[in-house]
Amino acid sequence: MKLRLVSAVLSALILALAVGVWHLATLAKGGPAAADSEYAKLVGAQAAAGAKSAFPTPADLGRKLVEHARDPFYDRGPNDKGIGVQLAYSIGRVLLGFAAAALIAIPGGFLIGMSPLVYRALDPFIQVLKPISPLAWMPLALFTLKDSDISAVFVIFVCSIWPMLINTAFGVASVRREWLNVARTLEVSPVRKAFAVILPAAAPTILTGMRISIGIAWLVIVAAEMLVGGTGIGYFVWNEWNNLSIANILAGILAIGLVGMALDFLVGRLQKSVTYVE
Amino acid sequence: MSFLQIHDLARRYGSTTVFERVNFSMAKGEFVCIIGHSGCGKTTILNILAGLDAASSGTVVMDNREVAGPSLDRGVVFQGHALLPWLSVMRNIAFAVSSRWPEWNRFQVQVHCQKFIDLVGLTGAEHKKPAELSGGMKQRVGIARAFAIQPKMLLLDEPFGALDALTRGTIQDELLRICEATHQTVFMITHDVDEAMLLADRILLMSNGPKACIAEIVDNTLPKPRDRLNIHHDPRYYGIRNHLIDFLVNRSKRYQSGKIVNLKIGGVAA
Repeated sequence: MKLRLVSAVLSALILALAVGVWHLATLAKGGPAAADSEYAKLVGAQAAAGAKSAFPTPADLGRKLVEHARDPFYDRGPNDKGIGVQLAYSIGRVLLGFAAAALIAIPGGFLIGMSPLVYRALDPFIQVLKPISPLAWMPLALFTLKDSDISAVFVIFVCSIWPMLINTAFGVASVRREWLNVARTLEVSPVRKAFAVILPAAAPTILTGMRISIGIAWLVIVAAEMLVGGTGIGYFVWNEWNNLSIANILAGILAIGLVGMALDFLVGRLQKSVTYVE
Repeated sequence: MSFLQIHDLARRYGSTTVFERVNFSMAKGEFVCIIGHSGCGKTTILNILAGLDAASSGTVVMDNREVAGPSLDRGVVFQGHALLPWLSVMRNIAFAVSSRWPEWNRFQVQVHCQKFIDLVGLTGAEHKKPAELSGGMKQRVGIARAFAIQPKMLLLDEPFGALDALTRGTIQDELLRICEATHQTVFMITHDVDEAMLLADRILLMSNGPKACIAEIVDNTLPKPRDRLNIHHDPRYYGIRNHLIDFLVNRSKRYQSGKIVNLKIGGVAA
């Protein structure tokens, strides 16, 4: 309890320090500085004069965040949607791609884990396909699927599938022999054995794979949406870069971090619920 | 015709013969212990009886049927208890019971499980997970699970090997009591000579591997019911005990011939 309190105080101090440094670094500099005339034309007289840094202050970001929080779900056309709407698009794509991957990877991993033959036969393919950056699939997906939205989901699918497949196979293959022997001596049917013995035995390993997958999927969706554009938090960040709204970019980054944390937390809770002590 | 007949059983791995010419039979309701040094293939014999392993040659016939694969007719208590760690005590046993009687409803299963939980003295621990139990309690669950399916034969693979002497004693008493009450046919592996003498009607002695075989079959003539605390006061006790220990220390190494010596050493020490 005491440790928790002290660590919370320390966290708050670190945050305060970081914000303080940031605040000092972005303070308006006093007095008109002699600016290069060409530079002034480029960035605008005010910025060139050093009246205010182009990088937002913590207060600017705070105001932006309040603004976003007040109305996260507005929709004023293709280039002006609330941050909540954009996040919802991204989360939707991630969940869709992730679910499709789980639907294939978990039964597939079961099969691979149960059969050394299938394991050996598929291993070279997995080894080659696993290290490919999921974004490398994007052009191929755009060409074959002819739809940027589905392509983004496909990229999520591709990047989510490997950790789940490999972990499921590993978890299934390493179920303790004696538990399987218990099922054998009780003449348990193969289906019941799969669901009542192998699945719960391998569940913690499978969930670890799912946790890795959802983490990677959330990393990849931002990049994928920057490429395909249209909607999503990745597109939002890129669009705000085009708008030169650094405060919005920061708001987007913060939102990405918070959602990523939430996704990890949710799968982590699920993982905890299936973990057993031997 | 005996209840269980093992004929000329052998197990080879490549050119290594673990054991061969294993012949014995068991009557219904009999308690047989097998003793031998590590590596003589005791566990392999038990696994073959369980149907978990296959013999290289020879046959096992139980109740006029050849044993080919695992069956609910034979309950196994595993060396490492082998409880499913994500299930509670009750549900571990229920898993076995509902495998044996799939037509039973949840209530019937629960009542049946409770009976066996009470029998091994685990009343109150029904909803605990194996990780919350001591080693002795875990093994009790394993025993309850094996008894609960009411098999024709019970196979125990050194069930008390990992337990401290005190716990072992209490569970031995319980096993003795349950077996006497149910007339269960039991085949048990043990390293413990005293345990074998307390529980067994006959004791099979295996020679050392490789090429191990059953060298002697000792009839345990100590009168029943036996009492763990007083059994060693029986005048015959040390005669049998010395005979068994001598076998393990000396004769198990020297034994070569394929002829089984069947002994009744009732009055040796007296």
